[in-house]
Amino acid sequence: MNRMAETRPFTIDSFYKFVGEGKLMAAKCSKCGAALLPPRPACSKCMSEDLQWIPVNPKGKLLTYTVIHVSPKEFESKAPYAVGIVRFDNGGQLLGMVRDVEPSKLQVGMTVIIDFERTSTPVAAPAQAPAQWPAWPRYFFRPA
Amino acid sequence: MEADKVMVGKPLVSIVSAGMSKFGKFDGVYARELFVEAVKDAYERCPNLDPKRDIKALIVGQMSESFEHQGHTGPTMADWAGLTPIPTIRTEAACSSSAVAIRVGIFAVMSGLYDVVMVGGVEKMTHRKTSDVTEYLAMACDYPFEQWQGATFPGLFAMVGRAHMHKYGTTEKQMALVAVKNHHHGAMNPKAHMQKEICLEDALSSRVVAYPLKLYDCSLITDGACCLIFTKPEIAKKYTDTPVHIIGSGQASDTIGLYERENLTNLDAGRLAGEEAYRMAGVEPKDVDVAEVHDCFTIAEIVAYEDLGFCERGKGGCLVEDGQTGIDGKVAVNTSGGLKAKGHPVGATGAAQAYEVYLQLTEQAGKRQVKGAEIGLTHNIGGLGATGVVNICKRG
Repeated sequence: MNRMAETRPFTIDSFYKFVGEGKLMAAKCSKCGAALLPPRPACSKCMSEDLQWIPVNPKGKLLTYTVIHVSPKEFESKAPYAVGIVRFDNGGQLLGMVRDVEPSKLQVGMTVIIDFERTSTPVAAPAQAPAQWPAWPRYFFRPA
Repeated sequence: MEADKVMVGKPLVSIVSAGMSKFGKFDGVYARELFVEAVKDAYERCPNLDPKRDIKALIVGQMSESFEHQGHTGPTMADWAGLTPIPTIRTEAACSSSAVAIRVGIFAVMSGLYDVVMVGGVEKMTHRKTSDVTEYLAMACDYPFEQWQGATFPGLFAMVGRAHMHKYGTTEKQMALVAVKNHHHGAMNPKAHMQKEICLEDALSSRVVAYPLKLYDCSLITDGACCLIFTKPEIAKKYTDTPVHIIGSGQASDTIGLYERENLTNLDAGRLAGEEAYRMAGVEPKDVDVAEVHDCFTIAEIVAYEDLGFCERGKGGCLVEDGQTGIDGKVAVNTSGGLKAKGHPVGATGAAQAYEVYLQLTEQAGKRQVKGAEIGLTHNIGGLGATGVVNICKRG
């Protein structure tokens, strides 16, 4: 975070606010060095609250994937779509859609990069979610 | 735990009766009415038991109050089962809710607080649209980082499958063979939801749900209820000549999200629960005659073989392909039909696994009886393996 220490709380909400700004951020534990992605209020390895925001290397490897044909209502227009789990080069893992690639071209181990949805309007929350449910911005992966 | 050492192989509790409703799709029936069917089955099997006099507590598993818009499941079930005013506890651990009820039942009896308790589970699902059921079940995973990003429950298990295929060469055919086997067993179970044989071609050609999983790789959305009566081992013979003893019990937890895990080809909570239960029971995987394992998707059964030590890691697909997990195999797995064919009313599943093992160890399993079965095991997974529960039983 350059030289300005980032002071946002280490919450899911903060994580997704960064995503909305096109940034992938984790919390690093100053005590044991663990990187927490997504961030948590206390380090799950040593329970220290002495944490710092750090940027995550946006490149990683596809550990596994699936192509979802039967989708929830909100993603019906996208189906079939690919979803994968990615391990970032400097540690940490996330799950997200894998776009801009034919499903038949997907391979375990391929290099992908994270990208962020740019929407001017908030994303619709699922019908069952409470009215005030945060409509978080989404990230996704594409071949690097 | 330290207690392991002093009680290896000793009965923790005894099962003196068990009951199960028919599993299936029942329109216009409430969960509590299915529970009554299960309870009546258990009472009829155990004429020496006076339920109102003897049963001192009810522990019942249910996953979601969303299905019937009904909470407060404990007293609801006690009320309909004619058991008020005894105390009740509801347990929730997603698809392993009633395996955890069994654990709490063990605690309740072993603490010395109660001599006789009823444990069970229930879920009424089929009246809801599939999209609603999918949404409720997905609550067992990590909503902000999995469902929100597009994952579905079958999709997450599909990713375990894809990782297993990549690392070990497991095939879609081997997964399909789990479905064929469990449908074959289900066809011999008069209480199973789907009593229908399928062939390999049916399974392999069914439509893709989440690659590599196809429709026949998925368990069923089912209504059902199940219960068991536990006693202190010393008084079991008061109620029946053929008790079944629970001699080992283990449980473990894991990250709520699959995405965080280093190992995506097995479910550690199931493995750790198994190791704890084996240690407590003083038995080894090779001693197990019958096992009901969590086949919510066919790949989950293959993973379970490995996590439970029925074969080496990576060889689960070969085990089913070699026919080693059929009724005449090395270990008979999912003789009830499993979640795949018997059905998966999520909150009832853990108890229903124990019900099948109880039937097998008391020679009540009819056409699917495994001759002379002495040791039975249940393996129940909650969510994407964030909960794993294993119980080991022995013929009394």
